[in-house]
Amino acid sequence: MRKSVGVAAASAAVLLVAGCGGGGPQSGGDSKLSGDKIVLGVLNDQSGAYSELSGKNSVKAVEMAIADFKAKYGDKAITKDITVETADHQNKPDVANSKAQEMYDRKGVDAILDVPTSSAALKVADVAKEKKKLYFNIGAATTDLTGKSCNKYTFHYAYDTYMLAHGTGTVTTEQVGKNWYILYPNYAFGQDMEKSFSAAITAAGGQVIGKDGAPFPNTSGDYSSFLLKAAAMNPKPQVLGTMQAGAELVNVVKQYNEFKLRDKGIGLAVGLMFISDIHSLTPAALAGTTYTDAWYWNFDQQNRDWADKFQKETGTRPSFAHAANYSAAMQYLEAVQAAGTDDADAVVKKLEGKEVNDLFLRNGKIRAEDHRVIHDAYLAQVKPQAEVSEPWDYVKILKTIPAAEAFRAPSADCKM
Amino acid sequence: MSGFLQNTFNGLVSGAFYALLALGLAVIFGMLRVVNFAHGAFYMLGAFGAYVLLAEAGVPFWAALVIMPLALGLLGMVLERAVIHRLTRLDPLYNFLLTFGLTLILQDLVKSRYGTQSSPYHTPDELSGSVDFGLFDFPTYRVFILAFTVLLCVAVWWVLGRTRVGMVVRAATERPELTRAFGIDVGKWVTPVFGFGIALAGLAGVLAAPMRAVNPLMGADLIIVVFAVVVIGGLGSIFGSVAAGFGIGLIQAWGEAYLSDFPIVSQTVVFVVMAVVLLWRPAGLFGREEAPA
Repeated sequence: MRKSVGVAAASAAVLLVAGCGGGGPQSGGDSKLSGDKIVLGVLNDQSGAYSELSGKNSVKAVEMAIADFKAKYGDKAITKDITVETADHQNKPDVANSKAQEMYDRKGVDAILDVPTSSAALKVADVAKEKKKLYFNIGAATTDLTGKSCNKYTFHYAYDTYMLAHGTGTVTTEQVGKNWYILYPNYAFGQDMEKSFSAAITAAGGQVIGKDGAPFPNTSGDYSSFLLKAAAMNPKPQVLGTMQAGAELVNVVKQYNEFKLRDKGIGLAVGLMFISDIHSLTPAALAGTTYTDAWYWNFDQQNRDWADKFQKETGTRPSFAHAANYSAAMQYLEAVQAAGTDDADAVVKKLEGKEVNDLFLRNGKIRAEDHRVIHDAYLAQVKPQAEVSEPWDYVKILKTIPAAEAFRAPSADCKM
Repeated sequence: MSGFLQNTFNGLVSGAFYALLALGLAVIFGMLRVVNFAHGAFYMLGAFGAYVLLAEAGVPFWAALVIMPLALGLLGMVLERAVIHRLTRLDPLYNFLLTFGLTLILQDLVKSRYGTQSSPYHTPDELSGSVDFGLFDFPTYRVFILAFTVLLCVAVWWVLGRTRVGMVVRAATERPELTRAFGIDVGKWVTPVFGFGIALAGLAGVLAAPMRAVNPLMGADLIIVVFAVVVIGGLGSIFGSVAAGFGIGLIQAWGEAYLSDFPIVSQTVVFVVMAVVLLWRPAGLFGREEAPA
């Protein structure tokens, strides 16, 4: 990384030149902010499958971060003019690509946040690299963001497939059973998840005795042939690992319960689950299921206080993606404040290697090598209905996975 | 062997949904020459209605199974009178676009009120166990769906085959011009038949709520397969739609169970069947070539 200081200086020079020719409203000397203000861009799914777990409420979370930042610094804040731009990428890579360019070029956005859906997330990473503007990915799972697609301006904030597989795969193999049957949606995300899980299970001394890629999207909504196959296998799997997400996960779990696989000695492990999925299925349908969570609203008083504020704004409890958007916006603003400018290279320098404890990041560190933001993760288990004491209080945390263990070591594929 | 029987049963259960939806589409197409693209949206409203009734008024599954089809059937009749009726004289494409627009409106209305996440709905307690068939167990709820749908199809077949109303509908479906030529007022049956088709979609929706994810897009995913079913059975053929519904359910279940190593095949088998049927019999398996006008 040391040699990148030179690169940083060089690109800062390039930026300055480009800035002069750009014709934008340049500040009059004393201010170090482009356009005399800070603009955050939230680019995510606002109408489709992922709009519930992030969507418009992530915009609210970012607005909450701005308000808290202004309250914290008062008159000492680098600026009071901080705004939010939002756009709906509809989970389509091409839309994400053009919206990201529009945000950076025409809307004066200094940093883009969120961007769920791995394929869309990778496109935006390319745009950030080309435009030399900051990008904090929160919503996507692919480890390529800190692998072969990593770059100086992209930070991967909340979670990734390694974190999910490592937490759930390892602990479930040790505590529930060694023989797994894996069911995954047959496209990029599902295939990635299957590979990550298989690796984690094998490393923990378990084995994958069967796996199937279900059609994606599964138009019939029926998974019974896979569930019956798992139940009839010899030796019998002790764990059914499902990598389906959103509505498809709901279908799998409903049918898992219909066929009473739990009574037949086959436990359930879920690759990626959000609190909103548990709400849809109700805890009764998922009781005992283990999964890896990046953050839980009812974990401690700090989380709870923030979740109360969030509920006042939105009427619902926050998912980990909402908390991560808040945290990323806050850390960006803090870095701009510390750098005294919104110049991307200067801000990156403030972020790299920073150790952070905030609402979302516990024992957090913004890794300089690959821009993976590491933090404690949690192994969660869904409570039986009888133990649910209030709405949305659906899980108990079995174990905190320390930051250093929760994420993979920097990948050799990442060349900044 | 028991595995094969289980997969066959599952195929029939999926097929039951296709059959109910395709049957509704077939009678509507037969009577009105309208390809009702909004059918999936009514299926979704059936499931969502069951959820809303339960969550907001404590109305149980059994009552919803009666209330939702009646309510949606009524809504269907109102829509037929208010808008669809006005376009039937024009190119069928106009009604296709109209019902497509209706689909988007209905989906977005539900989305704006309840969001895109799935809503919770449980199997009623009486049906949550499983039935022992000797060779294998099968969830009671699935047995119920299958028995209920078969009874319903038999009842519809009886009404169509043995009553005067049924005779008119059949005649108007299969030979509309000729029926009019006999002086039968086809027009007065159009609205009730449309309502009936919609009611079937709503019923399928209520039945789906305990076993499928209940969300605004649940109908949009399913309707594509149902259109393939209708085309395979023969557009407007009542028997064809039911037979093709169950047949496609079976083919999908067997495909997923025995061809899972070839996902490309198991995912496309429905459309391959459709293409083959269309090449071999362009009017579908049970459809008749339209008489030249």
